[in-house]
Amino acid sequence: MDSVSGVPQPALSVKPFRDPVHMEKTTTQPTEQSIRLEIADLNFFYGPKQAVFGLNLKIPTHKVTALIGPSGCGKSTFLRTLNRMNETIRNTRVEGKVLLDGQEIHQMDVVGLRRRVGMVFQRPNPFPKSIYENVAYGLRVNGFKGRLDELVEKSLRRAALWEEVKDVLKRSAFALSGGQQQRLCIARALAVDPEVLLLDEPCSALDPVTTAKIEELMFQLKDSCTMAIVTHNMQQAARASDFTAFMLDGKLIEHSVTSKLFTTPTDPRTEAYITGRFG
Amino acid sequence: MSAATTTMTREVPPKSGLRAFVDKLKGGDEIAHLITLTAAAGIILITSLLVLELWRTSQLSRAKFGWMFFWTKVWDANFDNFGAAPFIYGTLVTSAVALAIAVPLGLASAIFLSELAPRRLSDIVSFLIDLLAAVPSVIYGLLGIFIVVPLMRTTLGPALKKVLGFTPLFAGPNYGVGFLTAGIVLAIMVVPFIISVSREVLLSVPREQREAALAMGATRWEATWQVVVPWARTGIMGSVFLALARALGETMAVTMVIGNNPQISASLFAPGYTIASVIANEFTEATGDLYLSALIELGLVLFLMTFILNGLARILIVATERGGGRPA
Repeated sequence: MDSVSGVPQPALSVKPFRDPVHMEKTTTQPTEQSIRLEIADLNFFYGPKQAVFGLNLKIPTHKVTALIGPSGCGKSTFLRTLNRMNETIRNTRVEGKVLLDGQEIHQMDVVGLRRRVGMVFQRPNPFPKSIYENVAYGLRVNGFKGRLDELVEKSLRRAALWEEVKDVLKRSAFALSGGQQQRLCIARALAVDPEVLLLDEPCSALDPVTTAKIEELMFQLKDSCTMAIVTHNMQQAARASDFTAFMLDGKLIEHSVTSKLFTTPTDPRTEAYITGRFG
Repeated sequence: MSAATTTMTREVPPKSGLRAFVDKLKGGDEIAHLITLTAAAGIILITSLLVLELWRTSQLSRAKFGWMFFWTKVWDANFDNFGAAPFIYGTLVTSAVALAIAVPLGLASAIFLSELAPRRLSDIVSFLIDLLAAVPSVIYGLLGIFIVVPLMRTTLGPALKKVLGFTPLFAGPNYGVGFLTAGIVLAIMVVPFIISVSREVLLSVPREQREAALAMGATRWEATWQVVVPWARTGIMGSVFLALARALGETMAVTMVIGNNPQISASLFAPGYTIASVIANEFTEATGDLYLSALIELGLVLFLMTFILNGLARILIVATERGGGRPA
């Protein structure tokens, strides 16, 4: 655990575990639209094959930005560059800038970056541990020593799961249903109080009722988190996001306020996609 | 063409019982069922016959020594006095030494090969490791005689004595052959099993598990040790028990380096004997029905030990799965 405290941490972790209730005051600028993540001229390569082409995008603070597009358009790949998760894949290369609160993420310590930019994956992937230990894992791994119980409860509450699991915290996480597991994964990601939450098709393995719960949850989390969600489901993008970006063949085609993108798209390709003519 | 034939057969009106049966067989389901059932039943049959035969032929010895056979320390053919204790002890101690060396070594290698080594290197090395697992045990015995025994006599033994000589484990004279030497040779023999199986298990851990840990700010090592290895622990334990089973039953290599002396000694330097090696050594020379019967009862004891240890292994796996188990 000490290995984490040994490496240089980004400035923000000097006062760790900010209270999400009061965070608004400290981190949000009073300006109309502050930008949490700014992506400039981003290219990404799997070996010789380019997957993302010169992408520019601004992800506003405390909003949900949805990334839509047909399979293989590079939206997941793009999302995974935002917490440098693609670095775990061999033979990949990234060019361009990604600024988190004005700081270049490729110059940050990767461990510290991932604490600030949490991620929820396509399929629920709880650890083979108890429900409690799943949530506590991120805290432990970041060297947090203190009242674990409190933070675990808080994270589970934020993920709207507390009421369902408060009596079975010691039970294996695999005893939960798929939707509960996914909310547990969200709670696990929230435990370290990230500024940004990346969601990579978080509902693709879930039924509509559970999906609605996750969307509701995203709405509540907007107060404390900036979210970017990759989704195949255009209704979901329309329902749950404030901004939508449409990607095609590794390029960003259109990016605007969600209601505008779905009602009056400017690019004919966007229109073709959202009206279901391909993809 | 074949479709047409099938249709024609189907259209033939109900026919004699034999024809109907043959037609049914053509479907393949019945045949597959029959063949697999026979194979499965065969395994049960062979195991039961084995136990039955050991039980029957050890009758003489069982009648004479009863339960005392387990804790009698004497093995004296001249006076027809036989006890299994030194052999049980030797078998357990050599296997324990082997696992104590092979488990950390094997697990570390498996982690390196699955998590850190480039994939190509990992594949080449694990091919070589699989070859090692296929080397006949008498070859390992020779390796023991020509390398491990002299090493133990001249270098390793004295060094251990110097550092740990104050414990009874490393006290007493060091002849080069004995429990420790046998344990080391066994460790070399079983480590390929642990590496090979553990590596496969570690490689099969879902990518999402690793990424979930990394995404939360775990370092690569933390992700490996706290998430990937626990996920794979059932399989890793499986590899350890496979290794244990091999170590318990290993005959040739152990016989060549253990010293073949039926005694119970706290010192790992002391010569000993194991069940498998005493059976191999003395079976052809056993004179007298009781002698033969006692050797066969030793075989029964070894069977029982393997059975009990495997049972304990199952319980251990079930116990560790509880509270954090992953779906089967």
